[in-house]
Amino acid sequence: MAAQLVVSFIASAAFTILFNAPKRSLLQCGLTGMLSWFIYLMVQPRSGPVLASLCASAVVGMLSLFFARFYKMPLIIFSVAGIIPLVPGGLAYDSMRQFVENDYTAAVQLAAEAFLISGAIAMGLILSEVLNQVLRRGK
Amino acid sequence: MEHNPDSSESLATADVDTATSLCLLAGKIMLQSGAETSRVEDTMTRMAASLGIPLSHSYVTPTGIIFQAGSEASSKLIRIAERTTDLQKVTAVNSVSRRLTNGTIQAAEAKQELLGIDRAAHAFPVWVLIAAASIASASFTIMFQGDWRDLIPSFISGGIGYSAVVYFHRLVKVKFFAELFAAFLVGLVSMLLVQSGIGAQLDKIIIGSVMPLVPGLLITNAVRDLMAGHLVSGLSRGAEAFLTAFAIGTGIAVLFIFF
Repeated sequence: MAAQLVVSFIASAAFTILFNAPKRSLLQCGLTGMLSWFIYLMVQPRSGPVLASLCASAVVGMLSLFFARFYKMPLIIFSVAGIIPLVPGGLAYDSMRQFVENDYTAAVQLAAEAFLISGAIAMGLILSEVLNQVLRRGK
Repeated sequence: MEHNPDSSESLATADVDTATSLCLLAGKIMLQSGAETSRVEDTMTRMAASLGIPLSHSYVTPTGIIFQAGSEASSKLIRIAERTTDLQKVTAVNSVSRRLTNGTIQAAEAKQELLGIDRAAHAFPVWVLIAAASIASASFTIMFQGDWRDLIPSFISGGIGYSAVVYFHRLVKVKFFAELFAAFLVGLVSMLLVQSGIGAQLDKIIIGSVMPLVPGLLITNAVRDLMAGHLVSGLSRGAEAFLTAFAIGTGIAVLFIFF
């Protein structure tokens, strides 16, 4: 578990370098990615990858809203860093590979799962945004 | 936004022109660097307001910006052909617009700063980017339950994959093919490493190494655009993301057809 957290921190921070994010946001981006992967790992064994992605990305959305306000930087820097560990790249690859190996049943199944996970990530981000708007209106 | 046709007439035409070009420059830099559509529109409207144009209209898509300062002025159009990801520039423009709105800087200073941002090279040199891609690939291999023995192979093939996408993109202007070639190379290198006994699980190495090419930012932007009501931008960004994912998948798939 500790190794997973360290590795997800490093991965997210490295990704923010790839996106040319400002140097002073590296630490926060790493933290966002680490938290997102932590939540994913916690929820995933119990309720599956789709719900886990939804929870993780919702938390990422809220955390990046906070960071964006606090450090006065665009929100997208933080949300991208947090989303990166959740992106179903592995599933997409697996399904593509099944297609090539002519196992269409497995391929479609995997593709559907990847699609659902992307949808869940999107829903999570929207959820946090909606929550933020509700809170702002409520004041 | 309510309509008030008299509001922009208090400004001289020259002032309106300067303000318009300033807003367009800011919008162009942001859009080229990978900002969401709503952020670009919001920034341009705010900047225009602080420059004395309370009523401006902008229509932003990933490939172009149409901006009109007030209902009397004529509209201007900027075409965006190349898009990269450079969040540093988005942040910098954001901060310029913030200070302009606060009144900390004047239009002339803002223009100078924006021109500087536009001209600036990437914040990190290419070797740092390649190193970051390698480190990210190695980390992802571990995150996806890869074996610790696969750390070095994915480090190598991830770095090669990212270098390839940078190199091929200079060579071939079609992004799709650059990504396809890069993904193919990733697969080839991983396969060679596994067959020579350095790596253990081919799948995990490939998945990790391909991650730096995956269009994560595009997907996030597409969703945010769609939700903000920018349907055209959202769909076109979604299409771009899908094309990229498809290119990566095809690159790897071609390898499995050959071997």
